[in-house]
Amino acid sequence: MRVFIRLMLFTAALVAMAARPSAAAVRVVATTEDLASLAREVGGDKVTVVGLAKGYQDPHFVDPKPSFILEVSRADLLIVVGRELEIGWLTPLITSSRNAKIQPGGNGYLDASANVRILEIPTGQLTRAMGDVHPQGNPHYWLDPANGRRIAQTIKDKLGQLSPADRAYFDQRYAEFDKKLAAAESRWDATMGPFKGTKIVTYHRSWPNFMERFGLDVIGYVEPKPGIPPTTSHTIDLIAEMKKQGVKLIVVEPYFDSKTPLAIGKQVGGEVLVLAPSVGGSKEATDYIALFDYDVNAVVAALKRTMGK
Amino acid sequence: MKPFRLAQACLASVCLLAIPATSVAQTADQALRQEIDQLKADLETLRKQYEDRLSALEVRLAEAKEPPASAVPAPAPDTSAPATALQTSAAAAGSSKVFNPDISVLGNFAGAAGKNPFSEEPSLSLTEVETAFQAVVDPYARGDFFLSAGPEGLEVEEGYVTFTALPAGVLLKAGKMREQFGKVNAMHTHILPWVDRPLVSRNLFGGDEGVADAGLSVSKLIPNGFMFVDAIGEVYRGDSDVFRGSSRSDLHYLGRIRGYRDLTEGTNLDIGGSYASGPSATVPDFNTERIGMDVTFRYRPLRRAIYRQFIGRTEIMWSRQKLAAGSQENASGFYASGDYQFARRWFVGARGDRSGRALDSDLHDSGAAIHLTFRPSEFSLVRGQYRRTNYADGTDANEFLFQINFAIGAHGAHPF
Repeated sequence: MRVFIRLMLFTAALVAMAARPSAAAVRVVATTEDLASLAREVGGDKVTVVGLAKGYQDPHFVDPKPSFILEVSRADLLIVVGRELEIGWLTPLITSSRNAKIQPGGNGYLDASANVRILEIPTGQLTRAMGDVHPQGNPHYWLDPANGRRIAQTIKDKLGQLSPADRAYFDQRYAEFDKKLAAAESRWDATMGPFKGTKIVTYHRSWPNFMERFGLDVIGYVEPKPGIPPTTSHTIDLIAEMKKQGVKLIVVEPYFDSKTPLAIGKQVGGEVLVLAPSVGGSKEATDYIALFDYDVNAVVAALKRTMGK
Repeated sequence: MKPFRLAQACLASVCLLAIPATSVAQTADQALRQEIDQLKADLETLRKQYEDRLSALEVRLAEAKEPPASAVPAPAPDTSAPATALQTSAAAAGSSKVFNPDISVLGNFAGAAGKNPFSEEPSLSLTEVETAFQAVVDPYARGDFFLSAGPEGLEVEEGYVTFTALPAGVLLKAGKMREQFGKVNAMHTHILPWVDRPLVSRNLFGGDEGVADAGLSVSKLIPNGFMFVDAIGEVYRGDSDVFRGSSRSDLHYLGRIRGYRDLTEGTNLDIGGSYASGPSATVPDFNTERIGMDVTFRYRPLRRAIYRQFIGRTEIMWSRQKLAAGSQENASGFYASGDYQFARRWFVGARGDRSGRALDSDLHDSGAAIHLTFRPSEFSLVRGQYRRTNYADGTDANEFLFQINFAIGAHGAHPF
């Protein structure tokens, strides 16, 4: 009996610890570094932010590690990319989190794609014969600064809802970020302007928002279909097409093998450029604005080199 | 009496419907014609309006296609954003199908060649068709069903509800579940890195399928600054090849503690200890116990996560089977395995096996296996495995096993 009472007391203590009001800061967990960076911009010192997937890792294939369960279990707010990007790994994390707040539909669950502009929403019959198609459109939407602004706004609204006392603070942080981003956008537009309409090739369909925003024309992909590794016949066709159209630049994500792109680059006398698809995708891409600074400058430098060839 | 009344009621309602229809038919005829004429006129005006709007739109489109005066395109209009949101909600409102569970069907086609007097694996067989239905139940729970159809018929492999919103960080599962004893038992057949299950699980824990039973599972994260610790307690009815309860009070219990820690961003260590106790299925009226230890080491460099991966696993199991008052048979076994991904779609692996038999600890079976796996995509795999087994009676079996695994339907979570 005494053992039983002790056990009850211990459990009560555990419950009390769990129920203790958390520190003032809102604990935010974002599935990617991009969303984490935007949450930091808006949340400032009123939030603590953890990003799960690293910027140099394929966001489709992330292990649902128990260390992530720990992070999600403590979160007040979980921000996800959505559009099925995290379909292979997020559900087990949420289910095992024992955290009612961040369950889908809960007050602490935020799908960042709710108000953004989504490209490549497929129409008609879909089958997996098309490769890894995303039925809800291309999930790499954060690579358009206009979408970044919308995501920041969505996060700001949600943070204001979770922490009403700090609403004015979040509004102000958002306004500052908006201004900073607008200034950066005109900088990027000026840098990219002269290269508008240049044709390029990318490895995966990670860049439609980025390329559309800055006016680059993607004429083909190293992957024959999304998520399907390169094949010889497709590579030969792609080389022929690149030669025909005079395409010299192949953009590759840091998590893909560059062997095939390098071989293509050699054949067409062009260059392979590893761009950062996410914050942290390169050393220089330390936050959302730095990500575009890095990518824009890298693309322009590469285009200058290849066009000189 | 009841059917007669029903017939009467039906007749009456048919008459009621028919009478006004015939009597009003003639006046209605005229009214209908007028209405049709009116509708025709309305349609015509609508058509004109649409044509006008369309041509106006075409003009605007043509204008838009011409190169803009400024080199900088205006950022995408915000109006497009609500459009996508509207699309989704319109689709959601249009059909209750959106609440259908995620459905996927997995087929496991397997074959075996070579002589083995102890193996019942047929030359060719569709060993399993697993249908999964998974969805959120309500704000408090999610439901998962796995129906498995094999040569023995259709059975519920698992079917449970998980309460995700309980206080104090408790996770409760109720239903029929694979018991969380060690690593391999919790894995569905198609998740296994091999064609077969290791000798130790076949001899000591549930045969070819593993142990699944009806019960409750409670787990709680134990907070500490050092590592992830999950404590699991389960209670089952006892209806399997290992545990079988003969009365309502004959339950079987299981406890598991799992610790996990990231060593670096690309490596981690997963360790666990399990204990299960309950009425024996093989020696009625006596208790049986199982103790297990498992260690998993994973290496997956994040930048090359889709090309390189290594998983090393080992599980040790002890069995304590009471045979009669004061007499007990102790047996043990283990497996150790390594699986290495050496290209985007290629995996190779090896496993060493040794296990006693629960009822006769003097008998030991041992074996080894190597496999080569090709995964054309996330949704299919082809695996060949060479297996050598040395049975306790001196029989040696050399076999070649293969399997083709394919999945259709909803994209499930990747195994970890």
